Order: sequence, then structure tokens, then C-alpha cells
Amino acid sequence: MKFGVVVFPGTWSDRDCGWVIDQVVGAKLQYLWHKDADLKGCDCVILPGGFAYGDYLRTGAIARFAPVMQEVGEFADRGGLVWGICNGFQILCEAGLLPGALIRNASLEYRCEWTHLSVERTDLAFTSQCAEREVIRVPIGHGEGSYFAEPAVLSRLEQNGQVVFRYCDAGGRVVPGANPNGSLHNIAGIINKRGNVLGMMPHPERCSEPELGGADGLKLFRSVAGHGLKVLMS
Amino acid sequence: MSLDTVDSRRLREVALTPEEYRVIVEKLRRPPNAVELGMLGVLWSEHCSYKSSKALLRRLPSAGEAVLQGPGENAGAVEIGAGWAAVFKIESHNHPSAIEPYQGAATGVGGIIRDVIAMGARPIALLDSLRFGPLPGSRHHFDGVVAGIGGYGNCIGIPTVGGEVYFDECYTNNPIVNAMCVGLVRVDRLMRARAEGTGNSLMLVGADTGRDGIHGASFASVELDESSSERRPAVQVGNPFLEKCLLEACMDLAQTDAVVAVQDLGAAGLTSSVAECAGRVPGAGARIDVSLVPRRERGMTPYDVMLSESQERMLVVVQRGRESEVERIFQIWDLTSAVIGDVTDDGHLTVFDQTQVVARLPIDLLTDGAPLRRLASTAPEPAPSLHLDSLPPLLDPGESLLRLLASPNLCSRRPIFRRYDHMVGDSTVVAPGGDAALLRVKGTRLGLAMTTDCNARYCHLDPNLGAQHAVAEAARNIVATGARPLAVTDCLNFANPDRPEVYWELEETIAGLAQACRALEVPIVSGNVSLYNDSAGTSAIHPTPVVGMIGVIDDYGRRLEAGLKHEGDFVLLVGSSHNDLGGSEYLKVEHGTVAGRPPALDLAREGVVNRLILAAAKAGQLRSAHDCADGGMLVALAECCLLGGMGVRCPALRPEAPLRLDAAFFGETPGRFIVSVASRAMPELQTLARRHHVEISLLGMSGGDTVEFEGQLRLPLDRIRQAWETGLQF
Repeated sequence: MKFGVVVFPGTWSDRDCGWVIDQVVGAKLQYLWHKDADLKGCDCVILPGGFAYGDYLRTGAIARFAPVMQEVGEFADRGGLVWGICNGFQILCEAGLLPGALIRNASLEYRCEWTHLSVERTDLAFTSQCAEREVIRVPIGHGEGSYFAEPAVLSRLEQNGQVVFRYCDAGGRVVPGANPNGSLHNIAGIINKRGNVLGMMPHPERCSEPELGGADGLKLFRSVAGHGLKVLMS
Repeated sequence: MSLDTVDSRRLREVALTPEEYRVIVEKLRRPPNAVELGMLGVLWSEHCSYKSSKALLRRLPSAGEAVLQGPGENAGAVEIGAGWAAVFKIESHNHPSAIEPYQGAATGVGGIIRDVIAMGARPIALLDSLRFGPLPGSRHHFDGVVAGIGGYGNCIGIPTVGGEVYFDECYTNNPIVNAMCVGLVRVDRLMRARAEGTGNSLMLVGADTGRDGIHGASFASVELDESSSERRPAVQVGNPFLEKCLLEACMDLAQTDAVVAVQDLGAAGLTSSVAECAGRVPGAGARIDVSLVPRRERGMTPYDVMLSESQERMLVVVQRGRESEVERIFQIWDLTSAVIGDVTDDGHLTVFDQTQVVARLPIDLLTDGAPLRRLASTAPEPAPSLHLDSLPPLLDPGESLLRLLASPNLCSRRPIFRRYDHMVGDSTVVAPGGDAALLRVKGTRLGLAMTTDCNARYCHLDPNLGAQHAVAEAARNIVATGARPLAVTDCLNFANPDRPEVYWELEETIAGLAQACRALEVPIVSGNVSLYNDSAGTSAIHPTPVVGMIGVIDDYGRRLEAGLKHEGDFVLLVGSSHNDLGGSEYLKVEHGTVAGRPPALDLAREGVVNRLILAAAKAGQLRSAHDCADGGMLVALAECCLLGGMGVRCPALRPEAPLRLDAAFFGETPGRFIVSVASRAMPELQTLARRHHVEISLLGMSGGDTVEFEGQLRLPLDRIRQAWETGLQF
């Protein structure tokens, strides 16, 4: 499994994702430059957190036009694994690879804090190492992370089981008090219908070692790394 | 040359005195032209020249075993082990934040980051020391500054891991905004901003130059008045995205040997960066051509270009012939770079506009020529004394605790720090909310602790002793994480030093800082002075010497945190308590008075207690440790419970005479920690404490969900949390 981490100008989780992939998981790591029109044989492409191109217009609005995004779109169409984290999720929505949009937090403030997530799909390449309805602890860091979609889109997502992560309390209850940003249906992460493009606002790369306060994020990275192995064996 | 030929209005505009003008004419043996006058005006401003404080600052200790770079560079640097150097500095952005809180604070953060980058270091953390008038009246300052710090730091991707916030009437018109940045660099890659090598090129990189911020340094060197809001154009607008690109390009640059030096463009823009860079090399000079400077707008004069304080720019001294390598690196990040001149050996800064010389000034006149000001010093009326006997006895310690925890100076800072990204970088091992923050140095077991501290109420009551307290408290905060204090950066925020009482405060503060830093063996390696924090006719701020300190722990796996962790641990008070209610939060909150002297401070004793805590931590005897400071023992104990989510049960507190009950609960005697210890580790800790001659007393046992002193107070943790977490809600 070779991970590609896309670097836009203004991206800052690239190095954190790179650290976890390279130093903690021990998988192959390739940084991908936003001007490159080549994914260099990566099996999973991560669009990391940050403020791509400053996000001055609207989060992800400029990044979707980067040369590398053309390739990412085609890669996703071929079934390749694409994983948008935070700003990456915003970019995937802008690029039309995932439905809906991320709007300003209901508090109108940036939020950096730990959240609990209920894992609602464990049959995916990204979550196979999680247990059914497992509650994982993952921090957020965003000002525009409130998930929004038209009612029709939302009910389609729910019907298809495309909601992967929901903000919940420590006991796994999906309640308004556990929602840090006003996301509809407490949505923290969704997958496309085919199951190969994941977008999530929380930062698993910030909780993949116990000394950083928790290591639940590692389950996601290991799921992807293990998926590569499974594909290889099959 | 008579003074009449220079218009006094023009002198005021560049903030020079007639006396300073006379010195300039005498040294140059001619009157300066308008461009030269502007350049000298900014560099001779208090902000750039330190003309009122320089003589005093020399008294501060700056040498030490670990010191790689002391004051005089963009930032200080100390060796922390495993081949790594920590680079750090604190700087004020008070005046801009007073009139334009968001951008003032944002550009303060941007500026201090560039100082660290210039040393070749990657910035890993930010801290902010803030002071405002009381809420809700000062909400405009508070909200704007907090949003500005977050807006810049969150976007550029450097975690904001610590700092402090205080509220006091004296800051109503003059908020204090001090930003500190810490970076890491390999010891052998540490850079200095010295313009070495005649013929080497000077390149300007980053943002284009506009008219923003002209006279910003001069503006920062006068008192604020009603017309200050008209100076809003002197406040720059930050672009954190551009600085992120600049940061990455400079990191790439530092990997090449094509670069001789990098210098931040801060206050006084191009003028100061070129002059300072050349001024650090004896005999060096520089030639620059303003027509080569990439500009944001048309019609800029050489004066505008030389004085612009446009943000996100750096000056790079490049080996002659290797300019294209540097240009390529900046192109990768879509950044402009331009050769604007070169290094000379004539000791002058010569400014061309194409072929025409528009200014020519000796470097030493620019950087070191400002006549030092000798100011009158008078001790003010002493603060009202405190008569403990007239103080009503403590009736209900529980109710007092709730009021203290809900007071703006002691309540939870979470509503602030959750607006800052404090996790990016995957290094934050101890997050904000406890004593000091602790970041790991990736690839090693080293941890770097960092904090900012100053109790300005103590400084107001006794500037010398208050300054010592600031150093001692910072050291305790570092020690409470298990790290040993290493070095200091200081930001001295004062009112108008032309007033003899203010200058006296400055003198006393520096004496106190020097004494404490010597005693605790923490050299001051960088810093900043911000004067004139008054508003015309109204209030002057308390002397506010903010101490930024870093420390190191060899194995961050042995770190300590403040929160109680295990049920059934012994909870102990380390250090002895006295009747120290002078200047305390208890006195202010419960009795509405600021009086007395700050607690007496025995610096040798501080060192001993710190060494005991570090030895016990290293031996693995402690489960938690927390500095006992503002609010006293009971507030500190409640914080240990709140942070750990665990209660404590204690027998009634029966202090031995002459210690009063109110002082035992809420007195602020320094040199104390609250620690928790597994019962089996008690004998070892007792032995260690005896060997250090430090008193330890058992307070109680951890567990449950109440804070209880039998028969004296019993409060559910939820109720305490409610008070603590809502203190900033208005």
C-alpha cells in the first residue's frame, strides 16, 4: 500500500499525515504536489487538512481547480481510494466527488477539541479495523465543518448508508450536545456510493499515538494499509 | 544648520525631537533629506532603538551554558540536546491591537513567526500573553484579538499552545498583546542575519511592497490619543496564507548553502532590515535600488518603499552568482523574489532610485546613533498597606472558592484556547489548560516545555518583587511538567517612561528580572520593550513584564500533568505557607481591594523546591503536579480536580498559628506545588523531601466527585466546574 499525500500551498496536515504513514504505520509515503498531473502509482490518495490557497474565497473553492485534482477525480472514477480529511473533505465536496457542503460552524468560531465519533460503516477500506458502532475519540480543528446538504440528498445518504462517522457522546449516543459544529444529522464523515471516496472533518492523523492523547486514528490508517494487503492476497 | 530649516511638523511626523535632529545634522555634517529623515525617524523610534531602555537592558543576564544566541538577533537560541536548538522570542503588538484588534493581533503573530524563521528554524508553537480591560466593556478588544490570533495561527498551521489572559481596569484603553514563537533547528543549521561578504546579493522575497504600515514603528512609540484611530492605516493587514508559503520556501532555502542570511522585515520595513543585517558585521554596508522592489501599487516614492511595513516579506543575503537558485525555490511556492541590491564594505546604506542616490547614511548612525535618553526616576507613593487584623474572617471557604473560580482572572481559558488550533504538528503532548505546554521533539524523547507568566498586580504593588515573581512562577510552571527551566524571553510593557514614576518602575523591574534570572539560572536570550502604553490623560498600565520561558525534559514519557489521575492517591502540598494575602486574587475578589505587598520571595528556596519536584518526577514518584499560584492552595487543588475529573477528600484544614485560615486556603505563598502520589511511593518522597529540607504536608486523598474539607466545605465537582467554565460568559 502506497499512500499519496497531496500538498497544496497552504496545506498543513500533509506533514502530520506523512509522519503517521511513514513513522507510525510504516507504510510507503509519496508527497504529491498540487501542480503535478501524476499520482505516481499511489494506492490511496489523501487530501489533508489546511487552508489550501488560503481558503479566502470559500473553503476548497480554488483547490478543486488544481492540476492534481483532475487526476484525483479520474483515480476515484477508476475505484482508487481517496481520503479527504478536514480541508480535504471540503475540497472533495467542492470538486463534486462527495455530495453536500461544509459551512461555517454554528458557533461561528473555530473549534479545536476532542470529539467522539460513532463508526457506522465497518465494511469499508477505511474502517475495516473498527468494530460495529464503535465509538472512537478523534479531535477536530476547523471553522467551517458544519455538514449541510439538501433534504433529498441527505435522505439518499441515509438510505444508502453513506454516513460513516457521526458525532456522539462518550457512550455512543448521537445527541445534539455532542455536535461541535451544527452538522446536519451530526455528520462527521461520509463516503461516496461506491465506497472508495471518504470525507471526514475530524483529524485521525492527530490521534495515532497515545502520547498525543489517543490512538484511535491509527485504526483508520491501519485499515487502509491492511486493505492493500487484502487486495494483494486476493 | 539651524533648526528653522526643518519644519517642526515634519519632525513630529517622524517622531524625532529637535535635539535628535541636531545630533543627526552634526554627525552627517549636512541636513538629511526627506527620505533620510524618514529612515532615521523610524530607526530612532523607541520601538526600534530602545533609546530609553537600552542602558537598563544591559543589566539582564544573557549568558549560559546552553545559550547559542543571545539578544541582538532576530531571536534567541539555546541548545536542548540531541543536536537540536530551540529558537524563541516574544514581541508586543499593543498599539496596533488597541486600534485594530483583529489585524493588530494577527500581524503580531505573523511578525514573531518570521523572527524564528530568520534563524533557520521551523516554528513549532505559539503562545500569547494578553491583558484587557474588564469584560464586557472591553469585549471589542478581547474578541478581536482572540479572533486575530486564531485567524493567523490556525491558517498558517502552527499550534497555539499556551499563554495567559488577565483583565484589569488599567488595560481598558491599552490592551497588551504579546506573541511568542518557539522553533526548532539543528544546532549546526542555526542561521544568523549577518550581511557577510562584499558583493553578495540582497534579495527581497515574499509579498509585494505597498503603502501599508508607514510610520508604524513611530506610532508604536507615542501615547495613544483621540486621533489614534486615524492611525489605522499604520496597522498592516496580515496574510497568513502567504506567510505559510514564505515559511516553507525559507525552510527549503535553509537546506541550501546559497544563502548567507535571512532577515525579517518587521517594524521600519526595508530600512531596518537592511541596516540591522549590515550593522551586525563591522564595516559592512549595503546598496539598494528602490526601483527594483516589487510593488503592490503605483506612484510609490522612495520614501514610501523604504518605510513601508507591508507584512510577509523577508530579506535574503545570497551568495553572489547563486541568485537564480534562490529565485527557483521561491517560484515553486509562487512567490516573488527580486535582487534589490548588494552588500558593500563602505559602512553606509546607500539607496538608489535607478541611477539617482536618494539617501546615503552611515549604518552605525542608523542602528546605534540614537542618543540614549537619560530619564528621571522617582519612586511613586507606596501602595496602600494591608492590615490583616482588620480583614473579616473567612466564613465559608466553599463559597469563596466558587466566586474565585468564576472570576475572570482565574476561570477556565477553554473558551479561548479551543478557538486556537493547538494540535497541528503532532507534537503537543501537554495541551493548553494546565501549567506549561509540552511539545515533543519528533525523532527524540526530548520534550520542550513553554509558558508565559506575569502577575501585573504584584508588579503594580512592587515592580522589583513582582518581576521576580514572574520569573519564579514561569519556572514553577515549567517544573510542574517535569522539565527543567532553560532560558527566558521577556516582553516589557510599560507606560510613558518620560514620567519619572514609570521610569522608576522600569528600573526596578529590570533589577528584579536580573536578580531572579541569575538565581534560577535562566538567561534572557531575547526580548522586546513596549513603552508608551498610556492613553492621553487617562490610565497608565501596570508594569507588565511578561516572562516567556522554555524548559526541557529528557524523556517526555516522564512528564507530569496537573490533573489528579488515580483514585486513592495521597494529595500533598509541597512547600510551606505563610500569611501571604497581599495583592492576592482573594483580596480583590472577596474584599474588593488591591493592597499590601506581594508575597516575600526566597529565590534560593524556589530553586530547592523546583529541584525536589524534578528529582521526584525523574524517580517516577509523582502522579501529578500543579503550580500553586494565583488564588492560592484551594484554587490550585480545585484545578487539579477539574483537570483530572476527580474529587478529593481532606480532613479539616487547621493551620498552626500564626497562619490564618484564609491565608492557608487562599494565600499566594510562592514555592509551592500540589502533587499526588501513590501511597506506596510516599516513604521515598518523604525521604527525598527531608533531604531537600522541603516541608510536605498531606492535604487529603483523591477520589469521588466532590471537593471536601471535612466540616469546612463540600462541593460537587459539577458545581465547581459550572462556576469555572462560565467565568468568561457575558
